[in-house]
Amino acid sequence: MLFGYSLGDLGSIMAMQGFAGLILFSVFLLMALGLAIIFGQMGVINMAHGEFMILGAYVTYLNSQAFTAWMPSMFAASFAVGIVFAFFAAGLAGMFVEWALIRHLYKRPLDTLLATWGLSLIMQQIFRSIFGAREVGVELPGWMMGSVSASASIDIPINGIIVMVLTLMITIAVYLLIFRSNWGKQVRAVVQNRGMASAVGIDTGRVDRYTFGIGCGIAGVAGSAFTMIGSTSPTAGQLYIVDTFLVVVFGGAGSLGGTIASAFTISQARSTLEFFLSGSMAQVVVLLAVVGILMLRPQGLFVLKVRR
Amino acid sequence: MSKIVMNSNAFMTRKDVVCFGVLAVLLLAVFPTVLDPFRLNLFGKYITYGFVALGLVLCWGDTGILSLGQGVFFGLGGYCMAMYLKLEASTVEATKIQSTPGIPDFMDWNQLTELPYIWKPFHHLGFAIVAIPLVPVVLALVIGFAMFKRRVGGTYFAIITQALASILTILIIGQQGYTGGVNGITDLRTLDGWDIRTDGAKLILYFGSAILLLASMVLAQFIRRSKLGRILVAMRDKEDRVRFSGYDVASFKIFVFCFAAALAGIGGAMFTLQVGFMSPSLVGIVPSIEMVIYCAVGGRTSIFGAIYGTLLVNYARTTFSEDLPQVWLFAMGALFIAVVMVFPDGLAGIYRRYVDPHVERLLGVTRKPAGQITTSDTASAVVE
Repeated sequence: MLFGYSLGDLGSIMAMQGFAGLILFSVFLLMALGLAIIFGQMGVINMAHGEFMILGAYVTYLNSQAFTAWMPSMFAASFAVGIVFAFFAAGLAGMFVEWALIRHLYKRPLDTLLATWGLSLIMQQIFRSIFGAREVGVELPGWMMGSVSASASIDIPINGIIVMVLTLMITIAVYLLIFRSNWGKQVRAVVQNRGMASAVGIDTGRVDRYTFGIGCGIAGVAGSAFTMIGSTSPTAGQLYIVDTFLVVVFGGAGSLGGTIASAFTISQARSTLEFFLSGSMAQVVVLLAVVGILMLRPQGLFVLKVRR
Repeated sequence: MSKIVMNSNAFMTRKDVVCFGVLAVLLLAVFPTVLDPFRLNLFGKYITYGFVALGLVLCWGDTGILSLGQGVFFGLGGYCMAMYLKLEASTVEATKIQSTPGIPDFMDWNQLTELPYIWKPFHHLGFAIVAIPLVPVVLALVIGFAMFKRRVGGTYFAIITQALASILTILIIGQQGYTGGVNGITDLRTLDGWDIRTDGAKLILYFGSAILLLASMVLAQFIRRSKLGRILVAMRDKEDRVRFSGYDVASFKIFVFCFAAALAGIGGAMFTLQVGFMSPSLVGIVPSIEMVIYCAVGGRTSIFGAIYGTLLVNYARTTFSEDLPQVWLFAMGALFIAVVMVFPDGLAGIYRRYVDPHVERLLGVTRKPAGQITTSDTASAVVE
């Protein structure tokens, strides 16, 4: 007996707390995956990444509104369509931004950081002008709500399971795209040696644009997934950007496995600590630990051995 | 034969003296006579941001270290000052309605019954004055030592300092009983018995900040003109070559980072004195990155430009947010993008290009000074 809970209750609490951590892990990983491509592969700091995510969330919201208005009978399928729209909307916006802004700044990473911060301010204000400052929630189809009872005392929410499955699918897709496809080979070639890649006939400008677009598109999908577990507001993206960057840096930029491992470590540490400390202190302790470890090991947890 | 006034090793050229003179007249004579007390107090507040911008000129413009955590140092300095002022305002008589008289009101609201240990030394003004630059410097020293000795720089450094800004904000907001939480430390009254809330006191504090800023600029100018300043620029442009020449690159970086931190701390303390409160809204990610844009707009390699940029951006912000708050975020965002894409050397760059030739003709200088610094082609190193 501990704190008046029986052993069985404690086991259930641990299981549900662990599951809450897994959902946090999925969201972190989804956001970090887009950044792992843009920052990890291209070395571009995109401070507007959170806003691309919110763009995806708002597209999902618009999509579900449209389904309610015009095709209520098809509403069950609305979410799947929303994700596709979110991917393309954020991806196309990303490609435009790369063309207008980023491609001029590849040699000045710190300036990219400032410019994309400016972009994030503008995007926030656009969201606020269109959708208002209040939070909006996406209505989910009936089959995505409710929970599965794993045992008498353990309930697993269905939307959590969907987020996790989605994360798994996208992680696999990113892995195949970057490390197994011909296109991924081109991306890595451009990153490692732009001049040489260009010399063997790779259109480096195009590769850059698509890489950035896909990274932003994945952020849009993350935003879409985000609407399943929280509501969307114009400034929500900014809340996550630091955490997401730390996930990518902590894992070791350029290493997909590292990103997964660090998203897992950070989210599990946080949700476990939240059980013992207040939410804000748990966040502080985890962030401090991450920064401390990064000071001792600046290259992150996993390093790809690359000859420079 | 052309008359060469400029000696590259001189502490101040004739032109620098003129620039200093113009700024001093503007800050000490023009603003106090033209502006009403309310506006002057606002400008006093802008001047305190000028300390941060000045630190960033050395740290970012010269050395190429972009810190997105200057708000942390600004906040630490400000909180050190605010803690002293708050303790002075929380005498036993003034707080006798509390359940524990003699401690700051927010502690009482949060059921604290005793002054925490970290607050105790702040009963003494001397301790507070020493702590204002020292606390930021110690933190900067720890960060700088850990990062620069391991050759971490560039974007990684920026992200980690930004994380620190985020951590400190969450910590301050979370630990309400010790820090005053999201409202910060408010209701500050006297500095060693002297009421800081009157118009007269605010005028004196304005002059104090302005003179302190000018003095800091002279110090910064001294550093930039010295051999040390040359090494800083050399490290920005070709770090490895400086290292191979036998210089301890990390130590120079730690020094300049600490110097910027101390300046930011002093700015924060002056902010608290003039505005009368300190809150986490001045510490976090957003204020920290905005401090960078003050410096960037003015020109990241010009100490004068940085000050003018700070005044201008803040003045524009006050004007816009009074009348058109929605437009301000667009303008701010556009400013970030424009300063990077269109005029990377900021106001100072525009001045150097279009105004300076005419001024030089007036002053009889016929040669461009050596050591012109531009940043447009600076690429920074990432982790090696």
